[in-house]
Amino acid sequence: MPVTIALPSVLSRLADGNRAVPATGETVGEAVADLTRRFPSLSTRLVDDAGEPYPFVTYYLNDEDIRFAGGFGARVRDGDELTIVSAVAGG
Amino acid sequence: MSAPALDISRPVTRSAPGERVSPLPLICTNCGARFDPDPAAICLSCLGPLVPEYDSARSLPDRATISRRAPSLWRYREWLPFVGTPSLSPDSGFTPLVEAPALARRLGVARAWVKNDAVSHPTLSFKDRVVATAINAARAFGLDVVGCASTGNLANAVAAHAARAGLEAWIFVPFDLELAKVLGTSVYAPNLVRVRGTYDDVNRLCAQVADSFGWGLVNVNLRAYYGEGSKTMAFEIVEQLGWRTPTAVVAPMAGGALVTKLHRGFREFAEAGLASDDLPRIHGAQAAGCAPIVRLVERGGGRLVPEVPSTIARSLAIGNPADGLTAARAITETGGWAAAVSDPEIVDGIRLLAETTGIFAETAGGVTTAAAVQLAREGRLRPDDELVLCITGNGLKTLDPLADSLPEAPVITPHLRAVAALVERRDGAAISHQPSAIN
Repeated sequence: MPVTIALPSVLSRLADGNRAVPATGETVGEAVADLTRRFPSLSTRLVDDAGEPYPFVTYYLNDEDIRFAGGFGARVRDGDELTIVSAVAGG
Repeated sequence: MSAPALDISRPVTRSAPGERVSPLPLICTNCGARFDPDPAAICLSCLGPLVPEYDSARSLPDRATISRRAPSLWRYREWLPFVGTPSLSPDSGFTPLVEAPALARRLGVARAWVKNDAVSHPTLSFKDRVVATAINAARAFGLDVVGCASTGNLANAVAAHAARAGLEAWIFVPFDLELAKVLGTSVYAPNLVRVRGTYDDVNRLCAQVADSFGWGLVNVNLRAYYGEGSKTMAFEIVEQLGWRTPTAVVAPMAGGALVTKLHRGFREFAEAGLASDDLPRIHGAQAAGCAPIVRLVERGGGRLVPEVPSTIARSLAIGNPADGLTAARAITETGGWAAAVSDPEIVDGIRLLAETTGIFAETAGGVTTAAAVQLAREGRLRPDDELVLCITGNGLKTLDPLADSLPEAPVITPHLRAVAALVERRDGAAISHQPSAIN
């Protein structure tokens, strides 16, 4: 399932400067794994030692926080957009 | 292999950097990587949050020196993230610490005080503190545009401080924000944008906006400098208590930064020899309809579970709090606890605070007061406690929740007999009168 992963600028430099990168997989975790296979230096930035997202990094599948949708196990569909953002302070 | 439609980056436009202030360099709280001063909040190595790195050998003032300085948060400037003299927002902070004996009796503690940021200058919330530091960072970095994601109080503060500094402001809020907070922002003529979604949706958008437009969003890419302003609430409490620490503090939690920075502030003053080493027990307060940090404290462990907020305490309605983990850690390390209160309890809390102290707080203050009542009921406050409640916003900003809970004032003809009838009725009712607030 091809999806587009939108990277923050600090990570785009590790993906040949691309802010939006296509990836494939049946789930969010598989799509992230596909991304990190092609850009290995992203791996430790996106996934912790336990294979989970870091607490200070949030993944949104389209507009939904993946923690409400099954985490890395959330299923993706063609054309989905996975957005990675860092945590933001209160307001 | 990119999809260029998503890439809307614009070149960052900046004025010549300000000359008076140099922001401190940054260090990652996760991996320890160090960075030059920059409007950046996340680590290039691990995406962890950055904080300013202070020179441990810097010269620190003594109590007498601090006491002689102007009554603003800048009297603690050695603990704020700059070298030099800040030029913007010189008069925020140093709000009253009001002793509250009637409230102390109700809570069963020895003494109680209210740290009253409901009268903060200029926008009546503690957000004036954090914006004061963030806007000086923006000026120092030469950023021409500032902004924020906000649940209301921060919107008011960024708009006001930016107007005074002559900076353009872009402010993003949930579309259904309270009218008082919308008008209290619009009046300063910023670019105010209402986003169809929750605050967490606004946050996500602003993370992308800061990344793409190069603006100084105070709680996004200026977050490292912004957060330091919150420490001044702890500094002021210590100084205003006669250079003593209270034994317990209750503070509201939204993103969790205030509790985190209170802990840090008390610790820094202890390390500087300005206060005792006995840190207060820090108790955190949230609305039951949005209490991810309370539930983390209750559950233990290191993984916060986000929530979809549903509460009248809109200023605390952050379901995915960025500083939730560090706030929970501050609470448990100090021997404190966390309490979640219902919407009716929040209204009762607003009324109890008003009736016992004369201070009118917004819903967040109702959360704090009601949480203190709950903590007292659970035995987590002690008879010998010296307690400070951190009241962070003004009740005039959130009138709606009170509309149905207060008695309607009688309408009379302009005659003395009408007043006499009211007094007679009141005297009769007083025999069985019970305070309306929490018992």
